[in-house]
Amino acid sequence: MQLPILSLITFLPIFGMIIILALPKAQTKVIKSFTLLITGIQVILAIFIMANYNYALGGIFEEATFQFIEKWRWIDIDGFSWLGKFKVDYFLGIDGISAPLVLLTAIVTFIATISSWTINKSIKGYFALFLLLDTGMMGVFVSLDFFLFFIFWEVMLLPMYFLIGVWGGPRREYAAIKFFIYTFLGSIFILIVMIGLYFSTTEILADGTRAFTFNLLAMMDPNNATETGILSPLNPSNLRLIAYIALFAGFAVKIPMFPFHTWLPDAHVEAPTAISVILAGILLKMGTYGILRVSFPIFPEITQQLIWYIALFGMINIIYGALCAMAQRDFKKLIAYSSVSHMGYVLLGMASLNTLGVSGAVFQMFNHGIITSMLFLIVGVIYDRTHTRMLDELGGLGVKMPAYMGFVTVAFFAAIGLPGLSGFISEAFVFLGAFGEPLIRVITVISTLGIILGAGYMLWALQRVYLGKFNEKWEGIRDLDLREYAMLAPLTIIVIFLGVYPSAMLDLMNTSVNTMVQFMHDVQVHYSSLVSFK
Amino acid sequence: MNIDSIISDLIFIKPEIAIAATLVLIVLVDLISPKSKTALPYISLLGIAIAGVFVVQQFGTAEFAFKTSLSSGMFAADDFGSFFKIIVLLASVFVIFFSISSSEIKSVNDHLGEYYTLMFGMILGMFFMVSASDLVLIFISIELLSLSSYVLAGFVKNTVRSSEASLKYVIYGGVSSGIMLFGISLIYGLTGTTNLYEINSIIQIQSFPHITFLIATLFITVGLGFKISAAPFHFWTPDVYEGAPLPITAYLSVASKAAGFAVLIRFIKITFINSIDHHGNWELLNIIDWRSIIVLLSILSMTLGNFTALWQDNLKRMLAYSSIAQAGYMLLGIAVLSDQGLTATMIYFIVYLFMNLGAFFVVMLIANEIGSEDIEDYKGLGKTMPFLGVTLAFFLLSLAGIPPTAGFIGKVVLFIALVDANMIAVAVIALLNTVVSLYYYVRVLKNLYLVQVDEEKPVIKLSFANGFVIILLAAPILIFGVYFTPIVNFAKNSINILGF
Repeated sequence: MQLPILSLITFLPIFGMIIILALPKAQTKVIKSFTLLITGIQVILAIFIMANYNYALGGIFEEATFQFIEKWRWIDIDGFSWLGKFKVDYFLGIDGISAPLVLLTAIVTFIATISSWTINKSIKGYFALFLLLDTGMMGVFVSLDFFLFFIFWEVMLLPMYFLIGVWGGPRREYAAIKFFIYTFLGSIFILIVMIGLYFSTTEILADGTRAFTFNLLAMMDPNNATETGILSPLNPSNLRLIAYIALFAGFAVKIPMFPFHTWLPDAHVEAPTAISVILAGILLKMGTYGILRVSFPIFPEITQQLIWYIALFGMINIIYGALCAMAQRDFKKLIAYSSVSHMGYVLLGMASLNTLGVSGAVFQMFNHGIITSMLFLIVGVIYDRTHTRMLDELGGLGVKMPAYMGFVTVAFFAAIGLPGLSGFISEAFVFLGAFGEPLIRVITVISTLGIILGAGYMLWALQRVYLGKFNEKWEGIRDLDLREYAMLAPLTIIVIFLGVYPSAMLDLMNTSVNTMVQFMHDVQVHYSSLVSFK
Repeated sequence: MNIDSIISDLIFIKPEIAIAATLVLIVLVDLISPKSKTALPYISLLGIAIAGVFVVQQFGTAEFAFKTSLSSGMFAADDFGSFFKIIVLLASVFVIFFSISSSEIKSVNDHLGEYYTLMFGMILGMFFMVSASDLVLIFISIELLSLSSYVLAGFVKNTVRSSEASLKYVIYGGVSSGIMLFGISLIYGLTGTTNLYEINSIIQIQSFPHITFLIATLFITVGLGFKISAAPFHFWTPDVYEGAPLPITAYLSVASKAAGFAVLIRFIKITFINSIDHHGNWELLNIIDWRSIIVLLSILSMTLGNFTALWQDNLKRMLAYSSIAQAGYMLLGIAVLSDQGLTATMIYFIVYLFMNLGAFFVVMLIANEIGSEDIEDYKGLGKTMPFLGVTLAFFLLSLAGIPPTAGFIGKVVLFIALVDANMIAVAVIALLNTVVSLYYYVRVLKNLYLVQVDEEKPVIKLSFANGFVIILLAAPILIFGVYFTPIVNFAKNSINILGF
């Protein structure tokens, strides 16, 4: 039997949390170092996974081509006169869509742990919740059973609520409850669609009988659809369209897609730096990941109908986010709105449904995770020193902090999409892919405005904070210390490395993206024949 | 019915006999040695344990006791009844634990004998309620439960709000009993019998004035709706829950509600059933549209309960409204009118038992220390009472239905039943309700942890015994939240109602 490495990487933080809860409160050094150790091991495990990852296998819909699979019967109840058998699997596995995000989660969590070193209130509680959050995020990216996926999805709500609410800024209570209610509202739509899909899908069991299932891969195969299931493709009605929209809205809250984005600026402004990093670096990716993993392959025919709208919302996110970012006076809020804009690229890339666009979207998810983490860390560095984030109170800081200025330049230009840095490749792929799709070509052209706007607000911010006249108030400001180097340097290396050699990441996802695009195309033909057969 | 058959049928009511014997024993011990008050809880626990053994033994039985004809009787000994007896007994065990450490109950220590006697009166009433298959027996057992609980609600005589609670409970209870009795008399007038099985066989063949029958049934539903505190018969709940001593509040919110649900389910299923198909769907006689009635009650309870809870500042009162909303969720399972929905409601009850009792217990322990149940007084308690804070948060999140707690499983199973019955609109309303409920549950969490308190207060220690009771309540919620096979199996195997 092979090593259950995905369980290990998912539940290692829970194990760490239990140890931390058992440690005495006063041992703050031990607690911090131990968390660092746990997240460090997670990074090593993630690298081990990447090293053993077979680039030739596609995944997406085929269980045999998923990797590091773990599948156990978790709940198995027999003898219902109405259901027959009720079963839930503990089913983990990764493919080229989830592998980059597993790596991203491990890296960003590790960096966020370093960034959490400055936390000085209830340290034990903070790191315990931090690790619980870690498990929730990792679990979402590795589970292939909808029930399991949903549990992980919900598990991270509560730690996030507390991490913002207890350790956040002045308006933390409001920001925390807003985050909680918004995402909880989103997840109930996911829940109801999940149950609907459960009753529309049966799976052949080992003994040859069929049973309803939460298996995401089984739901993708129209041959598994039941005749009468309410969300079955064999059962032509508008319900599938409604369910798709509900599911999409559930995921869109997390992205966050306009008009569900209003929780994001609040949450970011109030959250401590490390939590902003996690939020922007990982949590936002769950929304787009959920759409790629669940919505697209399970509802291919509806996706095809709606790609224009998905692209449109992508465009709105890009332009609207950029315009809002431009209007901000608060540095952190500016970065938060830039996330809204950058996640729009992901939506646009996905809507293209071709290899270029989808690769661009997945790659953008990874890049945005890294770049935006850097940006939030950069804001954190200033805030730690000056206790202000107001752009007009800062100025000319670049002269006093040369090393810091170096990292700032890389991060800002990566966010703008300068060639040679990772952001450029993914944005270029997104636009090339989307432009290749005649249906959304106009939207794509308008969306390119986002690049100019992006350069506008980023450069303007750069100028206001780092260039220009030095504000004498910050006379004694010091440059980066060792800990801050340790957070920013690894991310900078990744940004430059992937900018110069993007194949490292693109190869990882390439087979899966191709499989996905092919699957979406094939299965659409299949679905239309199903309907015409009816 | 001759005397021999009555005596031979006594074996079917062994649990009830054990409870009645314990009741008598408590009275005697209290009379003979008034000094041995501290022994009373342990005698009670022993009595419950013996009754519990008898209940467990009875699983698998399906017999009528006290037969009125060949195929009907006053009392149905079946798995369905035993299931609810287990719920009642578990709740009683925990409530006795609560009573031991309740400062309210300590203040009336001289009357502990009466306290436990009345509690066994309630248990006896509930035991007969969950098995009764005759409207007269149902009514008598409800009265036995009610009269005992009226007194217990006002047991702390020296506080005004307790007396007020008791008085309100008596008035509302008296009116609803009267209405129910009127309904029963109408049914008797129409059919000439009070036995549920006989009523069923009569209405299968004969037709009745529709409106009279509807009114009679609705009157009976009023009485039962009062017991399960479903809106719009819930007006007594907040006042009584707030005023009664906390162990009794907890008891009313779980055990008394469970018994009410059992009667309602049995009443609907036996009286109105036509046939059950092989998927376990109940085909009801086309006299009364039960699904609409229950869906209406359910939506009213959920929505009123949740929205009113938003404005409450007293945690006990908030939990009262929350329990109205929870009754709404549980009614949804009945509205499905199938064995699947029934199973979902029963699973929910198991979970509800632990989470609701847990929440009330922690509120009581906190009130013992700070002398208040006001949510505003909870500020910073997460620091000074770390264990109580964490567990209260855990129980409340389970009530809200956040995974990985068992509260989530209870809700998912309900929604699965609803979706399978194509009641999607209702499911969506219920789901939106859970979002509303999250807001007020989280408000408590906010005061526990988020609000900054300036003054440093010392950490308050919790006694080992109380900590252990909390663990006993919290552990099942976590375990069943992750691995719920046992509760599903337990509920699934207990749905057999005698006759079908």
